[in-house]
Amino acid sequence: MAVQTVSPADLSPPAKQTSLWSRIWHNDAPGYLFLLPWLVGFLGLTIGPMVTSLYLSFTDFDLLTAPEWVGANNYIRMLTNDPKFWTSMRVTMFFVIFSVPLKLAFALAVAMLLNRGIRGLPLYRALFYLPSLLGASVAIAILWRQIFAGDGLVNKFLAMFGIIGPSWISNPNYSLWTLIVLSIWQFGSPMIIFLAGLRQIPQDMYEAASLDGASKWRQFVKITLPLLTPVVFFNAIIQTIEAFKSFTPAFIISGGTGNPINSTLFYTLYLYQEAFGFFRMGYASALAWVLLALVGVFTAFSFLTSKYWVHYDD
Amino acid sequence: MTDAPAGLTVVNGSVSPARKRITTILIHAALLGASILMLYPLLWMLAASFRPENEIFTSASIIPSSWSIDSYIRGWNGLRTSFGVFFTNSFIISILSVCGNVLACSMAAFAFARLQFRGRNFWFAMMLMTLMLPYQVTLIPQYVLFRQLGWVNTFLPLVVPKFLAADGFFIFLMVQFFRGLPKELDEAAQMDGCSPWRIYWKIVMPLSLPVLATAAIFTFIWTWDDFFGPLIYLSEMRQYTVMLGLRTFTDSTGTSDYGGLFAMSVLSLVPIFLFFLFFQRLLIEGIATTGMKR
Repeated sequence: MAVQTVSPADLSPPAKQTSLWSRIWHNDAPGYLFLLPWLVGFLGLTIGPMVTSLYLSFTDFDLLTAPEWVGANNYIRMLTNDPKFWTSMRVTMFFVIFSVPLKLAFALAVAMLLNRGIRGLPLYRALFYLPSLLGASVAIAILWRQIFAGDGLVNKFLAMFGIIGPSWISNPNYSLWTLIVLSIWQFGSPMIIFLAGLRQIPQDMYEAASLDGASKWRQFVKITLPLLTPVVFFNAIIQTIEAFKSFTPAFIISGGTGNPINSTLFYTLYLYQEAFGFFRMGYASALAWVLLALVGVFTAFSFLTSKYWVHYDD
Repeated sequence: MTDAPAGLTVVNGSVSPARKRITTILIHAALLGASILMLYPLLWMLAASFRPENEIFTSASIIPSSWSIDSYIRGWNGLRTSFGVFFTNSFIISILSVCGNVLACSMAAFAFARLQFRGRNFWFAMMLMTLMLPYQVTLIPQYVLFRQLGWVNTFLPLVVPKFLAADGFFIFLMVQFFRGLPKELDEAAQMDGCSPWRIYWKIVMPLSLPVLATAAIFTFIWTWDDFFGPLIYLSEMRQYTVMLGLRTFTDSTGTSDYGGLFAMSVLSLVPIFLFFLFFQRLLIEGIATTGMKR
C-alpha cells in the first residue's frame, strides 16, 4: 500500500487551487474505502434483499418459476384465512410476554445479591453466565428435551417426593413453558449488564437514605430502580427482539413441527416451514414483513414511552 | 464498620455484625443453591455421556456408578459420515468467520470512529438500524441470490457475509472502543505522514487487541452455535456442521442411542467451554461495556 504523505500544510483547510475531485479524494475517499466491505454488504445483503422481499410479499413465488403478482392476497389470507398464522402469533407473544420479564427479574435479583460486596463474586458471576453462553446450542435443546421428557430428569426428582409428573414436552399445556424455562435459565448476560449498571450507582446515596431511615425496599424502589431504568430499558429491548427471533430450541424440541398441537409453533418456525418446507416464498416474505412491522412497532413504542419512565441523569 | 458492641443494633439503620454475618451466610447459601440447580442439567448430561447405555435413564445422579467411553465411540460414528467431518467443517466455517468479522468490522468501525467524511453519520445511523432488523426480512432474497450464484451447498453463504461486516453488533462494539483511544495518536501519526491505512493497521489495531479478541471469541461461539444458516444452506451430509450433525442424530436414531447423542452433544460444547474457561473475563467485560448506555 502506497504511503500517502500529508504535510502539516495539507491539514489546514481549503488549499486554494485543488479541484473538487481531489478534495473529495483527500477528504472522503479514505472513509469510504474503509467502509467499502460494509457498504457492499449493506446494499447487497440488507437493503437490496429488503426491497426484494417486500416485492416478493405481494407475489406467489415457489423458487422455480418466476414470481407472480397477487397484490395484497398474501396479507389478506394471513389475516382472514390462516389459523396457523394466528396460532404462531399467539405462541410467540405468549413466549415474549412471559420469558422476557421473568428472565429480567431473575437477572436483576441475582445481580443485586451479587452486588452486596460478597466474596467469590467472580466465581458466581461466571457460573451464572455459563448457561447464557452455552444456551443457544443445539446440544442444550437436546438436553432440554430429555430433562422434560416423561422419564426425564425433572420427573425423576418429582418422583422422589411421590409426584408423578406429566411428559412436559409432549403435553400442549406445558410444552411452551419448558421453552420459557430454557430462556430464563439463560439470564446470565442481562445479569452482567445489570451488575455493571448497579456498580454505577453511587454508594453514598444509599448511606444518605438509610440515615433518613428508609427501608431496604424503599431504597430499592426510590434509588436502585430509577437509576437503573436505562439499563432495564436496554436489556428489555435486546431480550425482546431476541425472543421474537428465537428459533433453534423450538425447532429441536419439537423436531421441526411446532407440536404438540402447534403449542410451540413459534412465528419464526412457521415462517421457516412456509419458506423451506412448502416453498411458499411469497407468503413467507409477507410473514417476514409482518414480523418486521411488529418488532418495529414494539421498538418505536418503547422509545416513545421511554421518556416517561427511563431516568437519564443529564 | 462501626465499633458497636456485638449483638446491639446500631442506630443509623446499620445492623450488628452478628446479623450481618447471618445475612452473608444466607446469601451464599442462596447463590450456591441457585448455581447447583442451574448447572445440574449440564453435569447430568456430562455424567450420562460416560454411563453405560443401560444406565442412562435409570439415574438422576451426576456421578456414574461405572465409567465408560463407549458412547463417545458409538456417537462419533453414529451417522453415515463421522463426526470428525462435522467438527472439521464447523472449525473451518468458524475460523473463516472470525477472520472476516475482525477484519471487515474493524475497518468499518475505524471509518466511523476515526475518519471524517461526508455521510458518516447517515451511514452510522443505517448501521445501527440493521442491529434491530430481524434476519427473516432479508432471508429469502439472500437465499435466492446465493442460489443463483451457485453457492448453496457450499460454505460461502455462511462465510462471505462476515467479510462484508454483516454483523453490525461487532462494528458497534469496536466503534465504542476505538472512540476511547486518544485522538492525539492519529494526529501525530498524520503529521508524520502516515496514511489512514497505516494508522489503522499500525496504531489502532495493535492498541485494540482486547476488543478484537472479544469480537473474535463471540464470532467463533456464535458461528459454532449457528443452526439456522447451515440448516438452510447445507443439505449434503459431508458438509454438515456439528449442530446439523446433532440434529440429524436426534432425527435418525429416534430413541435408540441416547448415549451417543449425549456424548456428541457434550463434545460440541467443549470448544465453547474452553473459551469460557480461558477468556471469561474478556467475555464478561465485553457484555458489560456494550450494555452500558454511553
